[in-house]
Amino acid sequence: MLLPLFVSISQSSKKGGGMRSLGKSVLCSVLFCFIAGVAYGDDFDIFAGQQGMLKIAGGTAHIPVMKEVAELIMTSNPEIRITIAGGGTGVGIKQVWEGLVDIGNAGRLATDEEIAAHKLFMVKWAIDGVGVVVNPKNRVTDLTGQQLQDIFSGRIDNWREVGGEDRPINLYDRDASSGTREVFWQEALKRSEVAKKANVVVSNGAMKTAVAGDPYGIGYVSVGHIDATVAPVALDGVAPSLANVKKGSYGVARGLYSLTKGEPAGLAKAFLEFLLSPTGQKIAMDKGFISVQ
Amino acid sequence: MLFLGWPLLWGGQFFHLIAEEWSPDRGLYGIFPMVTGSIAIALPALCISLPISLGTSFVAATLAPPPLRRGLLTMVRFMAGVPTVIYGFVAVFLLVPFMREQITGGSGLNILTASIILALLIAPTMIVFFVDGLSSVEKGSCLAVDALGGTKVQKLLYLQLPQALPAIVAGMVMGLGRAMGDTLISLMLAGNSIAIPHTAIDSGRTLTAHIALVIAADFASMEFKSIFAAGIILYVFASVVVVLLRLLTGMSMRRAG
Repeated sequence: MLLPLFVSISQSSKKGGGMRSLGKSVLCSVLFCFIAGVAYGDDFDIFAGQQGMLKIAGGTAHIPVMKEVAELIMTSNPEIRITIAGGGTGVGIKQVWEGLVDIGNAGRLATDEEIAAHKLFMVKWAIDGVGVVVNPKNRVTDLTGQQLQDIFSGRIDNWREVGGEDRPINLYDRDASSGTREVFWQEALKRSEVAKKANVVVSNGAMKTAVAGDPYGIGYVSVGHIDATVAPVALDGVAPSLANVKKGSYGVARGLYSLTKGEPAGLAKAFLEFLLSPTGQKIAMDKGFISVQ
Repeated sequence: MLFLGWPLLWGGQFFHLIAEEWSPDRGLYGIFPMVTGSIAIALPALCISLPISLGTSFVAATLAPPPLRRGLLTMVRFMAGVPTVIYGFVAVFLLVPFMREQITGGSGLNILTASIILALLIAPTMIVFFVDGLSSVEKGSCLAVDALGGTKVQKLLYLQLPQALPAIVAGMVMGLGRAMGDTLISLMLAGNSIAIPHTAIDSGRTLTAHIALVIAADFASMEFKSIFAAGIILYVFASVVVVLLRLLTGMSMRRAG
């Protein structure tokens, strides 16, 4: 695919002065990409000589990382086919012990019974932490778990009640298929109901934009996404920072696990090793997760 | 769509879905709030857009001097070509804070905000239709009005407007269809809450935005199936709009012929 591009650029660079400099800069960037690709190449070595089909199913939070990793692997080695399906953690664990898939993804630790009964092997390759965020202008920087539940259920609907200005609270929520919401709903809201009047946004990015633009808004994003545009809110005194999530002191987090039946072998083993390699971990971080390395 | 949505229709769940509320945590997957949301956003958008479009088309079709007319029409066509996301993006940074601080309170993301931008979005489509209708009136009749000493306004009100009525209705139907079918504006500006909207300053979710939000759910889930119910309703609506459009243009053709 690179070659025709290369040729067309070198042709166009013959045409004249303006084109030539443009052609050169494009050429340089193309070459740069190529070199960058080579530099990353090491982590793909484990797939050399591998071939066949790898089936993956389970947790939806894993899918963005899985998709990108699969695409990279299939591009570097066309002999390998990887299919990825969702279904949720339950489906992931069930299908891997039934032998329907090679790798099952889970957003929680498999129970001891599950592991013992089916000889499951588990790899934790990233951590997903979710932090509450408000607008930087907001005075509120600390909430208790109970206050948070009351805010999201609509029982507390004014910032005054939690030490802020006398303004109504605007809730921002994610759609039900969001992995971020799942963590937040289970670990922070303890599965309590979210008020129906909550605004719903489509992504971590959209959540940041919404809260950054709304001085009276409150929402939640994956910890990896928190930056200066929004202010993190400490939950029961613990700030949602990467360090706190890694230490395990910030509770609204979960590991992202991949399971195989028995010791992983062949393609599945290579895939899991790749997830834990620097390239795999970088992809996980790009998707807003926290590296386990 | 019918094929994939068939289990819903067959199991009698379809009507359940239309009437129920949306609360996946409790196992309810109804799309009734979205149906009301769609209507509550599209109809006001049409109501806001209609007078603006009519006025603009009057000016662009007859009242203004020819150079201004051409300029106006160029601008309208340019507006029609601006991608939806630009309208949405500009509104998020300009209209939403204004609505929040000055008019509606709350988060500024509500039905009114979305309707205003949608009105702006569907106006060019309607204006083009209206101008075509107004200026395709028979030349002979126009000359007759001029010969009788009628003013431009009289010509517009008593000759062109009645003649162009089918085109105007067609433009309105077209505008409504576009307002109903638009995804991005409502997704970005209406707030997407799952409560049934009661006032114009409530946050609401349209069928199209619902599809966009839920599409990431896994294929086997009930959430995903409800998308097909939403799709079927939108499809039925679009079909009705197209049939109406056909009938109206047919009527105007017969009248002209």
